[in-house]
Amino acid sequence: MTATPLAVAVASLFSPDQAVWAHLAEHVLPRVLVNTLWLVLAVSALTAVIGASLAWLTAACEFPGRRFFNWALLLPLAVPGYVLAFALAGLFEYTGTVQTALRGAFGDGAGLPGLGARAASILTLTLALFPYVYLIARHAFATQGVRGLEVAQSVGMTPARGFRRVALPMARPWIAAGVALVAMETLADFGTVSVFNYDTFTTAIYQAWFSLFSLDAALQLASVLVLLVAVAVATERRFRGRARFEAVGSGGGRRRLHLAPRAAWLATGYCSLVFLVAFLLPVLQLVAWTVQTFAAEFDPRYLAFAGRSVFLGLAAALVIVTLALWLAYAVRMRPGPLAAGFARAATLGYAIPGAVLAVGFFVAVVGLGDGITAAARALLGPGTAPVVLTGTVVTLLLAYAARFLAVGHGPVESAMQRIRPSLDDAARGMGVAGLRLLGRVHVPILGTGIATAALLVFVDVMKELPITLMTRPFGWDTLSVRVFQLTSEGHWERASVSALSIVLVGLIPVLLLNRRSG
Amino acid sequence: MKFTERLRASACILTGAALAAACGGGEPESAAPADAAGSAPAQADRVVVYSARAEHLIKPIFDRYTEETGVEVAYTTDKEQPLIQRLLAEGENTDADMLLTVDAGNLWYAAEQGVLRPVESQVLEQNIPEHLQDPQNRWFALSVRARTVVYSTERVDPQSLAGYADLADDEWQGRLCLRTSKKVYNQSLVAMLIARHGEERAEEIVRGWVDNLATDVFSNDTKLMEAILAGQCDVGVVNTYYFGRLQKERGTELAMALHWPPGDTGGVHINVSGGGVTKHAPRPEAAVALLEWLSSPAAQEMFAGLNLEFPANPAVAADPLVAAWGEFEASDMPVAQAGELQAAAVKLMDRAGYR
Repeated sequence: MTATPLAVAVASLFSPDQAVWAHLAEHVLPRVLVNTLWLVLAVSALTAVIGASLAWLTAACEFPGRRFFNWALLLPLAVPGYVLAFALAGLFEYTGTVQTALRGAFGDGAGLPGLGARAASILTLTLALFPYVYLIARHAFATQGVRGLEVAQSVGMTPARGFRRVALPMARPWIAAGVALVAMETLADFGTVSVFNYDTFTTAIYQAWFSLFSLDAALQLASVLVLLVAVAVATERRFRGRARFEAVGSGGGRRRLHLAPRAAWLATGYCSLVFLVAFLLPVLQLVAWTVQTFAAEFDPRYLAFAGRSVFLGLAAALVIVTLALWLAYAVRMRPGPLAAGFARAATLGYAIPGAVLAVGFFVAVVGLGDGITAAARALLGPGTAPVVLTGTVVTLLLAYAARFLAVGHGPVESAMQRIRPSLDDAARGMGVAGLRLLGRVHVPILGTGIATAALLVFVDVMKELPITLMTRPFGWDTLSVRVFQLTSEGHWERASVSALSIVLVGLIPVLLLNRRSG
Repeated sequence: MKFTERLRASACILTGAALAAACGGGEPESAAPADAAGSAPAQADRVVVYSARAEHLIKPIFDRYTEETGVEVAYTTDKEQPLIQRLLAEGENTDADMLLTVDAGNLWYAAEQGVLRPVESQVLEQNIPEHLQDPQNRWFALSVRARTVVYSTERVDPQSLAGYADLADDEWQGRLCLRTSKKVYNQSLVAMLIARHGEERAEEIVRGWVDNLATDVFSNDTKLMEAILAGQCDVGVVNTYYFGRLQKERGTELAMALHWPPGDTGGVHINVSGGGVTKHAPRPEAAVALLEWLSSPAAQEMFAGLNLEFPANPAVAADPLVAAWGEFEASDMPVAQAGELQAAAVKLMDRAGYR
């Protein structure tokens, strides 16, 4: 399924659009490659540090406000990157709220130094994406079992050392899974970087297509991108090597680490700062805009927009988590390069810019429909009505699956690694095998991993735009489509009504998940 | 129920297509492509539009059309290029009758790709001037937008302003604000410079602009104007309807005004939004009827007025707020030419370092 748009993209490599390539290679690619590398490396590193440290603090330590931050730090998940970018710009740029107030108070010379497009893009994407690492790593720290740390303490390690030497290495596949999602999301991002006019590989793809009118060149660039991602993913796997990550002595009742007063307040301050910049301030900006525009913008159709967003999010979560479970199970049962490589390839869709994937998918689905039509006409006569597969909810869900399988697969796969193979052997000894093994034994243990995957897919689908735009049935406008309608004409203030609705609806599963995982 | 219908019905269920147009309506005959069924029924009660023009700018007009004629207008919105690719992929099975889009470059490209069909219509020829339509009648402009110079009335003497090329003069060093070159509006503006001055001179001009920039390029016209009001720069280039929108929000006493480049510098750069009938439209007559109605005075007033643009139909007066900006001399370059030169313009801006 992911392979179809990929194949469309890779096939295009063999018919390069020479004129466009020559131009891009000389004037565009050198710059955007440097920009993209900066962006991906910096965002990956920052989200790894911020996500993992916050996860460790809320999962394993005790400090004032921990119970609040435990779930509150997930909230930025519900804010789409492009919305965060616009809200932060609205607050902090030269004509923004903060700087205007500074000039008003201290005269025309007052103000903040400009961040520049690169720093602004890195910062915004870090704030938008760190919850992926936080969510997945928190789950790892919370489930990794007490004994490892107890052993560390018994051999005289300090808590900090115990974290570095024991907890962190044991959580590596989780952190890596989170960072891999972040890196792919960053590579595919278009909305956030275009708010700051930061040119990346993805903006070059769009430039080739939208401005130079060469979809071929765009597809070729996209396939280069996918190859790079494939190499990066394979490298990470190699590093992880043969390590195994089963839990030792899992189960509740673990004692939290009580931080010394000073450290505890530092932890509180750190969590507050992240929460403030990544969620509270931007949301307050959205609320302020919403108050200004609500009367003119809101109408009963919003209930339908929200309803469709929720429906699509839930349905996609169901489809994708099922697929992810099946994939992870297949890899577990038949370890070997074939199954693993297949799983890897199926999740690459996440790194392709959404609009490119949308076109690849659309072309493939139309081709399938035409094939069926031709077959039907051959069998039933030339008058048979054409079979149109596009513009259906099922097609839309399949397109989401092609794009977001990685999001569902990551958490499920790393949770699967927690389960000791001896458990499978024991189950088989009792005659439980095949799908019953998956359903009766694995799924109950995988609970939180599955919930995590479902949550990530749900909020990602709520925020998704290009695939929804191209593949939705007639009249199926969603909240994110509404954001697009208004922002494409520069109505950011009016768009805040739907942007805020996305955030509010996205909060529901975040809170549910939190209740579940305590 | 015939077997073929049953098969189609089950295919619809299989694909969840209860919601898809192909399965709705209970009119299996007209669901077949027009080519196969001869001509589509003359009295279609439905017309399908793919629109790159934003929903809030088209829905009120389509609602009015339905009210007046009883014909339902189904539409879906997306960006221009995905819509064109979609029409290409769907080929003769498309359900779309009309493509609506902004920017002459996109209209030109759609025509080039063969997704639009020529339309012979007395009404359209009468309502839409020659230079605002495709020479082969595959698309017609429905509104005109001007991209012109905007300046701070506090810091700029309007006498010192002339044409777009003059913004490259040293006088504007550190005082110019521009929107990103990724936006098609700037691409067609530079395409016009190429058409008038040739590529070499146009590149010089663009380099001069880049040298004069006060700050990084902006992601939209409104932010650019806010920067002028806040004193970050003194002069910029914007589409007039963004200026109008700002006037509507904040009153007409803004410390900022529009300048119209005079005719001897090439005149004001104009662009269009417009539409055409798709090549494989299942209901071509209905599409032509809608297009003709959109060019009529009543619809034109709404179509342009909703977004503070200029009507394409010269018989229709612009919104009073727009009319208050005064008369201007538009560039005489046919808008279709912007499309042909767009790729050249993009490459030129890349070379000149205009991001």
